[in-house]
Amino acid sequence: MLKTRLIPCLDVKDGRVVKGVQFVDLRDAGDPVEAAIAYDAAGADELCFLDITASHEGRDTIFDIVARTAEHCFMPVTVGGGIRKLEDIRKLLLSGADKVSINTAAVNDPDFVARAADKFGDQCIVVSVDARQRLTPRVGGDNRGEWEVFTHGGRTPTGLDAVEFAVRSVERGAGELLVTSMDRDGTKSGFDLALTRAIADAVHVPVVASGGVGSLDDLVAGVKEGHASAVLAASIFHFGTFTIAEAKAHLLKNGIAVRNDRALGTI
Amino acid sequence: MSQTVAIIDYGSGNLRSAAKSFERAASELDSPSQIVVTSDPETVRRADRIVLPGVGAFADCRAGLDAVAGMVEVLEERVIGNGTPFLGICVGMQLMAGEGREKTVTRGLGWIGGAVVRLEPHGDLKVPHMGWNTLSFLRPHALLAGIPDGENGLHAYFVHSYHLAPSDPRTLIATADYGQAVTACVGRDNLFGTQFHPEKSQTLGLALIGNFLRWKP
Repeated sequence: MLKTRLIPCLDVKDGRVVKGVQFVDLRDAGDPVEAAIAYDAAGADELCFLDITASHEGRDTIFDIVARTAEHCFMPVTVGGGIRKLEDIRKLLLSGADKVSINTAAVNDPDFVARAADKFGDQCIVVSVDARQRLTPRVGGDNRGEWEVFTHGGRTPTGLDAVEFAVRSVERGAGELLVTSMDRDGTKSGFDLALTRAIADAVHVPVVASGGVGSLDDLVAGVKEGHASAVLAASIFHFGTFTIAEAKAHLLKNGIAVRNDRALGTI
Repeated sequence: MSQTVAIIDYGSGNLRSAAKSFERAASELDSPSQIVVTSDPETVRRADRIVLPGVGAFADCRAGLDAVAGMVEVLEERVIGNGTPFLGICVGMQLMAGEGREKTVTRGLGWIGGAVVRLEPHGDLKVPHMGWNTLSFLRPHALLAGIPDGENGLHAYFVHSYHLAPSDPRTLIATADYGQAVTACVGRDNLFGTQFHPEKSQTLGLALIGNFLRWKP
């Protein structure tokens, strides 16, 4: 059966991991490739690089990071941040990325998602839905109008309803949605479960829950209550609060099937 | 004597990942293999083993393959005519079918009878079928040797909305359970295809690629 995916996310700025990864066996806690290799060995199901480099010149480093990661990690890699053109996607895929995550461009130019999906296939186009809860929801009942889409790393409000935007993105060809609560991001107070569930129940593609994980129970809730197909976290893994193995054991203990492959020699 | 493995570049696929995984698997073999990513039909003609990767839509991949002058002819000559070991990955595997029915009906290579059709899993399961799934082997095969299957077996990484429904059940080698029996591996004679991505499937993937590099069909 298909397993629930556990995805560590690495924020990269000018070629370095921003939050710093506190693995014991890393020579350099800021090197994204070393962190990726460590997560690969630890049993992560996918890797997500989020490039938050501001300058155009600094952006080229992400291609090198993805390429070097692909030399060592034989697992799926998603890359997001600053993707504006089909050429950006092609370069990332040729570097070794499997999926790209599109946020601002999906809002500013909705047709971009359609063109990207036509060109590279739905399976590699992830639309990143960064949302905040509205102070005064516009409509009641089905939760529509309760969350607003933000762009530019959560700084720019768009006026768009998050659930509506998610549904439209899938219609245009997104093969997966990365749903991040900007209210919860970095707070360790758990996913916005209502947001995650409202979107997961409204679309037929997998939803990755993101933003706010502080405990292993949060991961369980993302799947059971948020209806997510995959759960993404950053801080709890980077800072060594929990290991990938501990997180998977906890999911399993709570009845959520996970992948626990061992090396062939040890079977 | 070193063998040459040609990974066909026709504008589709994560070729770097594929090449790196083949290089890694080859490094663990006794005899050396040269892994070449190429869009040159002559290089493919001289290769000892041929790999056709592919991601994206069936019709786009078929068009991309046709756009490389002489490539389909060389594939027919070497793979069907001369029995060169062939591995198709994801859409590269689907292209072996008679036809694809993704968005529009497109003719495939016609090497494995059947059509590429949309997944229709029971229940409220999501499509694409995306993530790690275990396999069920329907029959033994050299490329699956040493790989544990079943619920406690190793996992393969899938990401697809369509699969190859073979007309001859004997060509169906392995399936994955996702609200239906999803075609995971097909094969006959010197042909083998995986719907999942061995180059992204860690332990299982490297084992399968290693088996392919040693395969004497």
